Amino acid sequence: MTKTISFILNGDEISCDIQDHWTLLHLLREELGLIGTKEGCGNGECGACTVIVDQLAVNSCLYLAADIQGKQVQTIEGLAVHTGSLHPIQQSFVDNGGIQCGFCTPGMIMSAKALLDKDPEADQEAVKHALAGNICRCTGYVQILDSVAAAGRQMAGKKTDKAAGYGDPGPVTRQPGDQTAGEVTP
Amino acid sequence: MKPFTYLTPTTVEEAVTLFGQHKETARYMAGGTDVIVKVKEGWMAPDYLINLKQIPGLDDLHKNGATGELTIGALVTHAMLEQSLLIRSEYPIIYDAVSNIGSLQVRNMGTIGGNLINAVPSADGAIPLIALDGAALLKGPEGERSVMVKDLFVQPYETVLTPGEILTKITIPAQAPRSGSAYIKFGRRAAMELPLIGIGVLLVVDEDLATCTRARICLGVAGPTPLRAQKAEQLLKGQPVTPDLLTEAGKLAADESQVRDSVRGQAWHRKEMIRVQVRRMGLRCLDIINQKARQV
Repeated sequence: MTKTISFILNGDEISCDIQDHWTLLHLLREELGLIGTKEGCGNGECGACTVIVDQLAVNSCLYLAADIQGKQVQTIEGLAVHTGSLHPIQQSFVDNGGIQCGFCTPGMIMSAKALLDKDPEADQEAVKHALAGNICRCTGYVQILDSVAAAGRQMAGKKTDKAAGYGDPGPVTRQPGDQTAGEVTP
Repeated sequence: MKPFTYLTPTTVEEAVTLFGQHKETARYMAGGTDVIVKVKEGWMAPDYLINLKQIPGLDDLHKNGATGELTIGALVTHAMLEQSLLIRSEYPIIYDAVSNIGSLQVRNMGTIGGNLINAVPSADGAIPLIALDGAALLKGPEGERSVMVKDLFVQPYETVLTPGEILTKITIPAQAPRSGSAYIKFGRRAAMELPLIGIGVLLVVDEDLATCTRARICLGVAGPTPLRAQKAEQLLKGQPVTPDLLTEAGKLAADESQVRDSVRGQAWHRKEMIRVQVRRMGLRCLDIINQKARQV
């Protein structure tokens, strides 16, 4: 069945037509063209599809699109500010070599963001607990944990600094030709 | 994924009525972490999925100050339990069990009610609720009834729920003074893994802080359904709980279990771990009881 839903995607209010059986992952990648979120296993085992819905990290492959009505969704595309500078977690993954093939990276970063937004001073056990559902097959976990810890330190230090320029994602600037929510015709 | 119509009732009665209209072509869905996987894999092919998440009150989590009864709504997620200070401080056995179910992403979506209804032999969520003498409230076309959580399970993937019935909440009676409880999910790794064996122990002792007045020893993956090692419980009851007695209880529980070989481990290994972990969890219960006694 087709229905129309409205929600906030990376700071932008959008509404679009969906099918009842679509997952949030399908909506993001196949309909909205936001292919930063990856599909690994499709069964909630690998965490590559992790996005943040109302501050909680969830597997978008198991989350029905119909359930995001009225909610706030953050994807990897919403992290870099529109001036082009990376979010501290993204920058930290670059600086600390937290990336090999890159397929697990968007999910890792979204899991890390859900944690650090709540508790930037999370200790390593807390980081491991929060990232346990994100699998990296290049076995780069040490650098990934280092990346998250370093980002946390930076976010904790800058938390009171209003001029830092990151935090809640601002509106995403789309390029001409990008598919926007309004144009979706399922 | 096979297309289906997603129905979103706002009362339990409406949900039951919708099920009555569509019968076997409909399935209820809570967090979706099991149902969506089954639909994707083709193990389940409903024409209608009845979403229970928009029914107000089903995610209620509170302790009644007057009676001491704990209510856990069926739609309470594992993460809500894990992050609840009430659960962490007063029901550590629940915290121990839910904090390692799946991953955080799964715990943010998956619900305690769904975990019970899925009825896997390893159900981490069921063991503490059985140890705490929890009761499940079921509502369906014939009205409502209450079933002890220990009696919910018939066989793997099958519960006593009749078509159209919904598990709405779990209630846990007031905890006895001088009680302690602990759970261990024992396996190769904690996250994204089913346990090799799950062991929950609850002990209540007399005013002498030694004589056992109630014992619950609950085992997961030790048989087709979660089970209680009642011979081991009987051994403890009325006796002063000592490390030696807990060793004996561990042996009895291992003998009583119906462990078998599976892809995750061998029966002999499971038995050994029951023997060791029943004792360890018993000792942890005593620690908790003694700590509480010192605080009073």
